[in-house]
Amino acid sequence: MEKFTRLTSVAAPLAEADIDTDIIFPARFLLLLDKAGLGKQLFHERRHRRDGSLTDFVLNTPPFNEARILVADANFGSGSSREQAVWALADFGIRCVIAPSFGEIFFSNCFKNGVLPIVVTGETHANLMAAARTGEPFTVDLEEQTVLLPNGPSIGFEIDPWRKRALLLGLDEIGAILADDEADISAFEIRHRADSPWLFLDDGRMEQFLDKGDGK
Amino acid sequence: MTARTLYEKVWDSHVIKNYEDGTSLLYIDRHLVQEVSSPQAFAGLIAEGREFRRPAAHIAVADHAVPTVNRHLPLPEGLAARQVARLRENCARFDIGYIGMNDSQHGIVHVIGPELGFTLPGATLVCGDSHTSTHGAFGAIAFGIGASECECVFATQSLRQRKQKTMRVNLLGQLPAGVTVKDIILALIARIGTNGGVGFAIEYAGPVIGQLSMEARMTLCNMSIEAGSRVGMVAPDDTTIAWVSGRPLAPAGALLERAVAHWKSLPSDTGATFDREVDLDVSVLAPQVSWGTNPGETASVTAKVPDPAEEADPVKRQKMERSLAYMDLKPGTPLEEIAIDRVFIGSCTNGRLEDLRIAASVVSGRKVADNVAAIVVPGSATVRLQAEAEGLDRVFREAGFEWRDSGCSMCVAMNDDRLKPGERCASTSNRNFEGRQGQGGRTHLMSPAMAAAAAIAGRLIDLRKLETLH
Repeated sequence: MEKFTRLTSVAAPLAEADIDTDIIFPARFLLLLDKAGLGKQLFHERRHRRDGSLTDFVLNTPPFNEARILVADANFGSGSSREQAVWALADFGIRCVIAPSFGEIFFSNCFKNGVLPIVVTGETHANLMAAARTGEPFTVDLEEQTVLLPNGPSIGFEIDPWRKRALLLGLDEIGAILADDEADISAFEIRHRADSPWLFLDDGRMEQFLDKGDGK
Repeated sequence: MTARTLYEKVWDSHVIKNYEDGTSLLYIDRHLVQEVSSPQAFAGLIAEGREFRRPAAHIAVADHAVPTVNRHLPLPEGLAARQVARLRENCARFDIGYIGMNDSQHGIVHVIGPELGFTLPGATLVCGDSHTSTHGAFGAIAFGIGASECECVFATQSLRQRKQKTMRVNLLGQLPAGVTVKDIILALIARIGTNGGVGFAIEYAGPVIGQLSMEARMTLCNMSIEAGSRVGMVAPDDTTIAWVSGRPLAPAGALLERAVAHWKSLPSDTGATFDREVDLDVSVLAPQVSWGTNPGETASVTAKVPDPAEEADPVKRQKMERSLAYMDLKPGTPLEEIAIDRVFIGSCTNGRLEDLRIAASVVSGRKVADNVAAIVVPGSATVRLQAEAEGLDRVFREAGFEWRDSGCSMCVAMNDDRLKPGERCASTSNRNFEGRQGQGGRTHLMSPAMAAAAAIAGRLIDLRKLETLH
């Protein structure tokens, strides 16, 4: 995973609540099998008219077409679990989203992809939205947990320590679990199988489902 | 011992370890795999040279991208065919169970998981799909995850999680005639908001629950995510145990007895405390329909399109204005005057046998309005075959509905079942997001009975008035 340490960029203001992941990445593009190159489809319906021409959506409008930070509104990334929403944001270049609240699955997906979601509420959020509109760059410093505005105050934010560490180091979470927790998982599995044997299907019953094919 | 909630009991029994920062490594018993969220997870596993920790804990089915017509033919060449083929290849490579499109057990992941007995009370179950909350109806902790987390479950059978806060939704009173569980969940979302459940695991409780079938409980838990909550649960009871018993992958004999004893210990203890309690009196509910572009933008069918000018909060007002512009609706229009072009009955929310029975009872002996094209998409082949055995397909066909094969279909519009720009649909699905049923399409969410009534009337209608229509 790409590390996230410190980022300076203009911040695109998107003052609209309830931007769901269908808006961020429309479902018809979910047929694509890769995670690379999805930036083209980011906010597709908002960025393109039916004739293919570009709209005046904020991410089409300089200087925000090169924004690496997005200041969004409440409930950003709600709805579908599609990680394509995060892959598309990252591919477009956006590595940090600031909003008063997020859809939970989207929020979790961000941390798997080197994208930092920051929760700020109330007046602080309103100030950041206003500052974003000026087109002046923000600096997001993850180590310090601050958003710095030019000539403005430094705004602090909260983040789970393990998620912070994973972003700072660009940590492979699966690799870390396999390296550090494997013995615990195995020990748990033995206990769990003894307590709740009906939850284990390793007795051959799943073999009936192995590649029966489509022709049955 | 401290009184614990249902969620806490299932959580506690799946904690592999607690980390110093308050997060936990949670053991995952079951994983449903589908074609849309899995290719990148499989690719990641392959790229790292990793293996499945426990192949028998996973089962795969293609539900989003498959067509609901002409299933006897090979899939037309293209992205959907490639995606379905990729799932099958990946499953063969790693010895993962795979249910094919024409298998008699095919269906939407959230319909077939319970049908197979793959979904069990007290289990942890995940899927790369937000409507995984459905399975909480059995008293499981079930939640939607992203593709990276799918890969993590492939390799480690675990996920690092922070325990949710708990919310109990107490359903009180008696459901009036014509009002169903879909109306309850839509009214709840309208009340607590689309992010009202963020950070919470919801437990649905109260006297109404005992009267609800498993199908109805699944509808309820399914839409928890539309209130922002990844987890929605109902405590297992005799209805649950009767439904699970005899399913192909459910325990049987002495093992079932042992399991049942455990399941009966799962309901929240008397005196267990929740971080939030919400009471909802269902007696006062009317049938609900959504008017906007998220499920919280919902009202009683007897109401009018709301006026953004009356909304004090500027962010909400702006959102309402945008919703009404997208939906092409004017404030003050009675919802019942809204004409529709299409009707979709199906989805992981309302594609089960009980849903189809209710819808069929409404359309029986009537005709779909001339201005409406209507389809029924059973949630699974099992549902379809049972419905056909009961003659429901005939009832729908004679009324002018198309009767299709199982899949997600027009709930997500990834196959050919989609609205054209500007078309308006009465839909039993779960999301009325912009473009959800097709680019430029307009969705009104409602119950199967209400969607059936809308098909007959050609417009949104309070189904309780349908008797007087002719």
